[in-house]
Amino acid sequence: MEETVKLEQDFEAKIKKGITIEPKDWMPDRYRKQLIRMMSQHAHSEIVGMLPEGNWITRAPSLSRKVSLIAKVQDEAGHGLYIYSGTETLGIDRKEMVAQLHSGKAKYSSIFNYPTLTWADIGAIGWLVDGAAIVNQTALAKCSYGPYARAMLRICKEENFHHKQGYQILAIMMQGTKEQKEMAQDSVNRFWWPSLMMFGPSDKNSPNSEELLRWKVKLYSNDELRQRFIDRTVPQAEAIGIKLPDEKLKQNPETKHYEHGEINWEEFKAVVSGNGPCNKQRMKARIDADAKGKWVREAAEAYARKNRN
Amino acid sequence: MSEGNNSDTQWQLWEVFTQEKSGAPHEHAGSVRAADKEMALLNARDVYSRRKEAVNIWVVLAENIVASTPEDVGPFFDPANDKIYRNPNFYKTPEGIKQI
Repeated sequence: MEETVKLEQDFEAKIKKGITIEPKDWMPDRYRKQLIRMMSQHAHSEIVGMLPEGNWITRAPSLSRKVSLIAKVQDEAGHGLYIYSGTETLGIDRKEMVAQLHSGKAKYSSIFNYPTLTWADIGAIGWLVDGAAIVNQTALAKCSYGPYARAMLRICKEENFHHKQGYQILAIMMQGTKEQKEMAQDSVNRFWWPSLMMFGPSDKNSPNSEELLRWKVKLYSNDELRQRFIDRTVPQAEAIGIKLPDEKLKQNPETKHYEHGEINWEEFKAVVSGNGPCNKQRMKARIDADAKGKWVREAAEAYARKNRN
Repeated sequence: MSEGNNSDTQWQLWEVFTQEKSGAPHEHAGSVRAADKEMALLNARDVYSRRKEAVNIWVVLAENIVASTPEDVGPFFDPANDKIYRNPNFYKTPEGIKQI
């Protein structure tokens, strides 16, 4: 018992000194559990995130747009894989994580439960959703757990293309026909608020935040990151003539931060708990993909076994 | 994970090391799951080198990696800790002499 207290104290001291925690280091059970939860849900988000965008690959308006979108969706698969790899270092394996996703035990980012109704949504997702992800992931690249921080560094390098590709799609549409401008504006109207919700509940309502901040698993509060995202995105919207759907958006002349309207947390809760527009569709797609791929996994195993003997 | 004929395994765990450019050392990049070494190499290529991050890749079954443990930090590395005479700065010589 006394030994555990000493281990805990040493652990807290390491965190305070900014020393990175690696897979074989001693860590409190709760630290391990929190990281498994955060990392596996992050990985699930990347994989599920392939679905709304994959939806438009066959209908991209040009070959150039199609190859870009395919490359982006492929990157998301890669991001999911980096993070699954990182999570496995904590003592959970991929099969168990995927089972948790399919059973609903593990969550994924609520934003991916919204449908992509038009091509402009691919632009909005790249600009707003990946933009929000960049803010979050840049912060996480300095987190205390080595494999997570390193996965974030890799991801951050690739995310910038996603962000720019999305913004460019909308920028070009906003210079186009009346229908194209309306389509772009409509897309942002639907994706703005859900993008803000990606940062999670306001800190006073976020039960995990305090512990995660102390252990440097999170480096900034949800509200701080959300504000960072808003502050950099508003000028981007203005530059291409997009009106963000918030009457209360106004820059504070002293703080320079953009004040904004209230987020509809009821909507967030509903979507996170399974009642968003596409939750069932997303889960079915993942469960089916896993079931349909079973024969491939078994064939590969059988082939490998045959060659070993 | 069972090895039976009807098992739906998730394949072995391989650690991936990539060499960024000619002359550079291989660095740990992460891991992949694969049923055999050819698949491991292909998966590693797909996951860790989409943007020319590697000119060469090694994959090693995770179970084959032998590593020192965090607890080793003290005694295992002790021989290095008090031998400052391995460092050129330890040796005082006349000032202003070049290439020494």
